[in-house]
Amino acid sequence: MISGLFIALGGFLGAICRYVLQRMIKIAAFPAATLLINLTGAFLLGLLVGKGLEGRIYLVTGIGFLGAFTTFSTLNVDLLKLFRKKQLKSVLWYAGLTYFGGIGLGLLGLWAGNL
Amino acid sequence: MGGAAGSLLRYSLGVWSLQMFGNQFPYGTLVANLIGSFFLGWLTSRVIEQKCLNPAIASSIGTGLIGSFTTFSTFSIESISLWSSGSLIPAIVYISASAGGGLLLAFTGYALGARKQEKETGGVQL
Repeated sequence: MISGLFIALGGFLGAICRYVLQRMIKIAAFPAATLLINLTGAFLLGLLVGKGLEGRIYLVTGIGFLGAFTTFSTLNVDLLKLFRKKQLKSVLWYAGLTYFGGIGLGLLGLWAGNL
Repeated sequence: MGGAAGSLLRYSLGVWSLQMFGNQFPYGTLVANLIGSFFLGWLTSRVIEQKCLNPAIASSIGTGLIGSFTTFSTFSIESISLWSSGSLIPAIVYISASAGGGLLLAFTGYALGARKQEKETGGVQL
């Protein structure tokens, strides 16, 4: 039960941060905010896991905050919208940067956390 | 509020899948990401683009609940840990099922939402 409260708190804050960033960063034709959010989140989660964070502090920051800050559904709906606008180049760039960048930065975070 | 609920749902699904299927493969995150992509696709065509709901409520559900239910950070780290634990094939399966399945389900959700709307109004531009 208690762990639920920690996750809820982190998730609440993570979602608000994402919402604010998405409102602030608006570049026409490219979902830059979501890309930035997902890449930063993947790096930071790598860092936390690399540091070996556990328990409640991990529930708040890793599962709650970063889990909610980053998003997978918006990524796919953003891709869908680019498809519908026939911006295939942007589709490839956005998907490529997200997946390669996210996994690369996750690795970098893990490595940095292990130092 | 949506963000808190979405995270709790995601965590519960993760714990449940851990008990059901063990820790060999991250089914919890995969299922959360696939379901979330489907519903956000549906919500986008059925609700957000038609503006048939108060925008504050729509973004609480779309950005808050569904956005937080799905996650990219956990997906990345799980892909890396599958890979680094030596299971290259499960890692590839996980990444392609998430990426391909998520996109496909977002399209399916979007198309279903648009079709329903079309029936009700007797033809609407996609």
